[in-house]
Amino acid sequence: MATAARKAPAKSKSDGKSPNLTTPKPLDFTKEQDLAAYRLMLLMRRFEEKAGQLYGMGFIGGFCHLYIGQEAVVTGLKMSLIEGDQMITAYRDHAHMLAMDMSPRGVMAELTGRRGGYSKGKGGSMHMFSKEKNFYGGHGIVGAQVSLGTGLGFANRYRGNKNVSVTYFGDGAANQGQVYESFNMASLWKLPVIYVIENNRYAMGTSVTRSSAETDFSQRGLSFRIPGIQVDGMDVRAVKAAGDLATEWCRSGNGPIILEMQTYRYRGHSMSDPAKYRTKEEVQKMRSEHDPIEQVKARLTSKKWASEDDLKNIDKEVRDIVADAADFAQTDPEPDASELWTDILV
Amino acid sequence: MPIEILMPALSPTMEEGNLSKWLKNEGDKIAPGDVIAEIETDKATMEVEAVDEGTLGKILIAAGSEGVKVNTPIAVLLQEGESTGDIGKSAAPAKAAAPAAEAPTAEEPAPAPNAAAAPVAAAPKAEVAADPDIPAGTEMVSTTVREALRDAMAEEMRRDADVFVMGEEVAEYQGAYKITQGLLQEFGPQRVVDTPITEHGFAGVGVGAAMTGLKPIVEFMTFNFAMQAIDQIINSAAKTLYMSGGQMGAPIVFRGPNGAAARVAAQHSQDYAAWYSHIPGLKVIQPYSAADAKGLLKAAIRDPNPVIFLENEILYGHSFDVPKLDDFVLPIGKARIHKAGKDVTIVSWGIGMTYAVKAEAELAKMGIDAEIIDLRTIRPMDLDTIIASVKKTNRLVTVEEGFPQSSVGDFIANQVSRQAFDYLDAPVITIAGKDVPMPYAANLEKLALPNVAEVIEAVKAVTYR
Repeated sequence: MATAARKAPAKSKSDGKSPNLTTPKPLDFTKEQDLAAYRLMLLMRRFEEKAGQLYGMGFIGGFCHLYIGQEAVVTGLKMSLIEGDQMITAYRDHAHMLAMDMSPRGVMAELTGRRGGYSKGKGGSMHMFSKEKNFYGGHGIVGAQVSLGTGLGFANRYRGNKNVSVTYFGDGAANQGQVYESFNMASLWKLPVIYVIENNRYAMGTSVTRSSAETDFSQRGLSFRIPGIQVDGMDVRAVKAAGDLATEWCRSGNGPIILEMQTYRYRGHSMSDPAKYRTKEEVQKMRSEHDPIEQVKARLTSKKWASEDDLKNIDKEVRDIVADAADFAQTDPEPDASELWTDILV
Repeated sequence: MPIEILMPALSPTMEEGNLSKWLKNEGDKIAPGDVIAEIETDKATMEVEAVDEGTLGKILIAAGSEGVKVNTPIAVLLQEGESTGDIGKSAAPAKAAAPAAEAPTAEEPAPAPNAAAAPVAAAPKAEVAADPDIPAGTEMVSTTVREALRDAMAEEMRRDADVFVMGEEVAEYQGAYKITQGLLQEFGPQRVVDTPITEHGFAGVGVGAAMTGLKPIVEFMTFNFAMQAIDQIINSAAKTLYMSGGQMGAPIVFRGPNGAAARVAAQHSQDYAAWYSHIPGLKVIQPYSAADAKGLLKAAIRDPNPVIFLENEILYGHSFDVPKLDDFVLPIGKARIHKAGKDVTIVSWGIGMTYAVKAEAELAKMGIDAEIIDLRTIRPMDLDTIIASVKKTNRLVTVEEGFPQSSVGDFIANQVSRQAFDYLDAPVITIAGKDVPMPYAANLEKLALPNVAEVIEAVKAVTYR
């Protein structure tokens, strides 16, 4: 059977006829890689903690979805990208922008709705973009970014370049119809798209077992002959290994691939979510046993790649960047009233 | 009695077709189900199967004939015991539904090949005001709206390698309504992309590609199916420029037939002009003539914004004069005074213009000199031209096929009452489709759509005749 022969394997699910795509072992990071990952993840963590604080103070309004706990996913994948690769995600997007080297000031000022924000204050937390950094949003409609990200891959193939579109969505979005419409086209046309399913176990307040008939999201591309693997999304080395495999797969013209990143968000869905759908113990267990930043920190310490002072210096450097961004975001003026009428049409 | 084989209607809007090829010769035995001929419709080349058994007695319409009207006898079938000598003895039409009276006999000369009239004649010619964008003395070529749209896309694709077309059946099938005919052959599958039937998905793929700077033309087989994709059109295409503070938008055209076709009922007959005209960040174009279709589609493809381009299946076969210019591009957002007049302003667009133009001819006989404005672009709307006209005529009637509540006409009436209230000598009348889902029955469909008499009555009302 053709379908059986092309069955995409998940971890430990090889049926012997599948392309050799099993979850790769976590990479051995060099000192530089571990330090870079540590610094970036810490920046994301501190940045978002500050964002949460500013929300509580009323500087940030509307919706604000924090990524805290999931930092290894976007950090590890970014380490596999080359110049020109695009990234697109939904509304839990702050860390993605920091990963794409967008300015913390510009992101934070957008969160506070100021003129120095990436969208001049007109987009907010969920709608930020950077053409310069190949970040294509920042989208508020669950699942819409999947078709758009497929279009980014289409553009790469149309232009004949070697770039890939890294298209993120959650376990919730994975049940949207347009995701499968996109899978079909991406596979049919062999588009270079890495579909990153960030499975943080809860679609807003609904656990995957209550929302999804198939909870192994790496298998969601099976009907479209898209291979997929499950990855420990709390271990940045495992993510980087999967990212290397996926980018190579796409750049070699094999079409799309699915990476199910098994991860966890510590905070609620958005700022107003008390997270009553899970126990405090569950959250605490993830924090104490699987925290992505603590894992790297422990390695840096045990390998003596960083002293206490080195780590403190990194922490201070990161806190300074975040404090500067927060100051800017609180003092930068609101957009001029005339901005109401700009950027509607080119 | 010999049986007449009639030219069949093979699509909802087909009024005539070309008899491409006979697959049976005179004297051949024919069984029901045998393919006897190939007929080219406005959409495709179709095989015609025999319904009755017999011998092909005489071919009345030669292969290669163009513009053969539906229900014209194309051949005579002899039944058992009959001979060619029986032809002419008041042949019976093969189809019960076909008009039985005065069927021409075989002795009458068959129309000569290629002698048929041009496709459906455009509406009666009123005195058409010259479009200021066409230089005087430009040669005009009679062109169907269908050809004009195809030419516009082909010209822009030759001009800019970033332009591509995607949609259902646009490539190998040559377009469900033949609008993309020949594009695959000229530009190849990389730029003429057949999609699966997944409007939501491929609209999003198009917008994503556009965000990188490519210029997709996304064809919806009809705009009815674009409702599946409306989130991507509005939330992604129309709003991204604003949400990104001007950093990136979507230079994309969504085009396809819109509004009622013929007898395709509620789910396939809806005019979306008012829907899309509601959305900031979109441009909305709804052309009537072939020249406007061409000049405005070229403009839409070049426009850096998302453009909704609403065509009409019934207008596809209508012919109009199109200026023969190397690069005929019209301005978006500019209405055209189709016919100047002094007594009343009639504003319409798209297929609504067919009612306006026919009504104008009747009104002229009553001594009412109507000015017709073809709006062409719904958004941004050329209110200046409307207001200037109303200040001259002091009366306004709008005509559209969409539903009446929150119609485009309602918006125009509101703007006119705000900006030219003192100039109005009568309340504005907005003519729209009826406030019902489109029925299937032929008589009910006619009742649901606007008609010429309604336009005449409205004009008489606002002119107090």
